[in-house]
Amino acid sequence: MSALPATPLAKLRALTGRLPAWWSRVLAAALIVVGVAVPFLFGSNGGFMNATIIAIAYAVMSLGLNIVVGIAGLLDLGYVAFYALGAYSVGWFGSEFFAKAQVHVLVNSVVSTLPGVHLNFLLILVAAALICALAGVVIGLPTLRLRGDYIAIVTLAFGEIIYVIAVNGQSVSIGGGMTLTAGNLGISAVDSPYFPGIAQFGLLDLKPWYWLILVILLVAVFVNLRARDSRLGRAWIALREDEVAAVSMGIPLVRTKLLAYAMGAGFGGISGAFLGTYTTQVNASQFQFGFSIFILAMVIIGGLGSIWGAVTGGLLLGYINNWLIPDVLNNLPSSFGLNFQLTQVEFGIFGFLLVITMVLRPQGLIPERRRRLELTSVIPAEDAQLGSEPEGAT
Amino acid sequence: MVNTTTIPPGPPSIPGPPGRPGLPGWLGRLGALGARSGVLAAVRRSGHWVLIAALAALPVYYGIHDLTSGYQSGVAAGHPVIHHDLSKLGFNFAEGLSDGAIWALIAIGYTLVYGIIELINFAHGDVFMIGSFTAVGLWGPLGLGFSTSALGLAGGLLVTLLVTMATTGSLNVLIERVAYRPLRNAPKLAPLITAVGFSFILQNVGLLWRGGNPQSVADLIDAQHTAFTIGGVPILRGYLVTLAVMIPLVFATTWFIGSTRAGKAMRATAQDPEAARLMGINVDNTISLTFLLGGALAGAAGLVYALYETNVWYFQGFQAGLLAFTAAVMGGIGNVRGAVLGGLIIGLIQALSDSRIGPQWTEAIVFGYLIAIMVLRPKGLLGEQTREAG
Repeated sequence: MSALPATPLAKLRALTGRLPAWWSRVLAAALIVVGVAVPFLFGSNGGFMNATIIAIAYAVMSLGLNIVVGIAGLLDLGYVAFYALGAYSVGWFGSEFFAKAQVHVLVNSVVSTLPGVHLNFLLILVAAALICALAGVVIGLPTLRLRGDYIAIVTLAFGEIIYVIAVNGQSVSIGGGMTLTAGNLGISAVDSPYFPGIAQFGLLDLKPWYWLILVILLVAVFVNLRARDSRLGRAWIALREDEVAAVSMGIPLVRTKLLAYAMGAGFGGISGAFLGTYTTQVNASQFQFGFSIFILAMVIIGGLGSIWGAVTGGLLLGYINNWLIPDVLNNLPSSFGLNFQLTQVEFGIFGFLLVITMVLRPQGLIPERRRRLELTSVIPAEDAQLGSEPEGAT
Repeated sequence: MVNTTTIPPGPPSIPGPPGRPGLPGWLGRLGALGARSGVLAAVRRSGHWVLIAALAALPVYYGIHDLTSGYQSGVAAGHPVIHHDLSKLGFNFAEGLSDGAIWALIAIGYTLVYGIIELINFAHGDVFMIGSFTAVGLWGPLGLGFSTSALGLAGGLLVTLLVTMATTGSLNVLIERVAYRPLRNAPKLAPLITAVGFSFILQNVGLLWRGGNPQSVADLIDAQHTAFTIGGVPILRGYLVTLAVMIPLVFATTWFIGSTRAGKAMRATAQDPEAARLMGINVDNTISLTFLLGGALAGAAGLVYALYETNVWYFQGFQAGLLAFTAAVMGGIGNVRGAVLGGLIIGLIQALSDSRIGPQWTEAIVFGYLIAIMVLRPKGLLGEQTREAG
């Protein structure tokens, strides 16, 4: 086994390896402090803060998809379904959409006079996670015995079915003159979170929103790290690497795969619920296939299976999508005399980024350790087998 | 008696049996119930027939419905005109077959590429879209319009067909060269992602080329004109043109793959690229040829689509790609005849759903069938022909 190439990242790793064991905790604490202080550094409102909040929400989704695709190795092309279900959880349980119902649980005095179902935001988050976990299991069941590409197809089909139902939900009656969704008109006037005594959520001050999603992200990262290093996480990785060997070692295939789907879906639902309440509306046109690919791109650009990679990829693409393209570079083509806005071709830009990343750095920005080893040492060995001169191999 | 058969304890270094990875047990039991129950296993064993029954369900149901309850064809003298015959179903079939012919041409491209490099070429639907745009763009310079004579129209459309096929074929080869070939040894996800990337790039090329809304184009062949009637079912000119393009191309493709040296090389590469290389086949060129063939068929489909639907849109390739891919999977991926059969079946489902259930639900119904295929018979109706299938 030849030594790893001395990339800057590898050098950094070698350097950090010599630091005492407690340094990572200090670094984490410092990062959290900086994270909490961000609104005071960049101003609490405006486009950048808005983009930051959405980017962190994307990072949570990216973490969820990373469990399914990166750690457990089940290619999911329909992740948008969980964004949709999470957002609809807010639309159903935190707005006037079901106007015939009168349910109020732990909401503020203004909201408690309105018709409809109004639950406290924390309850909605739990509901969103549970609904999505259940949906994840339902989507997972038909894929259990399929191989990689076919899993991708089935998940894609489920994502599209959910989208079609969301768009046409206006014509699906659930009794009492109420419909399932509001289609492309959208469910609007979604309740804001209500945490009495902690923070006041409003449109003018984005700080509470930022801190809320930051807490969600920290919890998500913590759960991901603990899950990956647990017995369950090792079972996921074992199934990803070699399903037959893993099963013959006694790993329960059905339960392990379904738990990956359920957990990944749960984070999608939580993030979707947050985005639903943050944007105060739930519109079916948000849930198109392109968004599944967008989240998948975050996971892949970050580095499949790598938790910090998923966070980085989510933040990076979130900023590019919500800040760099619309706010900073949007008028770039017209300054070259071209007659279009950059936001029109943002999916083309993502496509270009995906192609470039894959061709130049298929392992992603922050690759998982295991995959880095595979990509740097195993493939040359395979080449050597195929007849070329082995280099440095014994 | 039991004591005599005790298993000797293993050496202490062997760890105990791996436990169940924690967390809620009911979840796993639920899954196990679904995957192991005898009913599902029985359904899976007889999946072929269950799938055929599921596919036949829609036409049989609506056929019986039309004969017994009848259907309304219009209003005469204030009263709805009710028919009790199968001509509406026949019309659905005619429409479905010609829709399906377009999906079949695209599906062949998916199935060939999957067969040879095991990649779902997500950009393929958008190559079809570029084919439509190229064809429509050629009509102006070639002087094709409503006033063109029939002979001139036929010649002009033939030129359009050839140029479009050459363009989309080259485009597909170019995409393979830029986005897939550098990743041939990378993890399998990598080329899939670049395929999606190219799909987005092509969509945006289309968006900048012809704007964001569907554009209607000249109805050169008068597609909605009834050419003749069989048993009360009007056969429109558009159907005839679609089939006139599709049938020769399908036969040419199967002949090419089955009977030529290059086709043999393609089949050999699909079975085992390493062995093919050892036999002196230039694998890279063979893969390029496969992409050329698939792209050219998508271009032909693009021209037919523009003639038949008389509008083009930058997003048309997305839905067409998904339908055609479903068709390829339904027929058995890697299998050209399967792709054609699947395309025609998807066209029929689409026509039935469009006319009876509502076009806004068609996509969900087609995808519902896709999931049913995956559960019941993942290798498709005619069986897949890929390396993993052996």
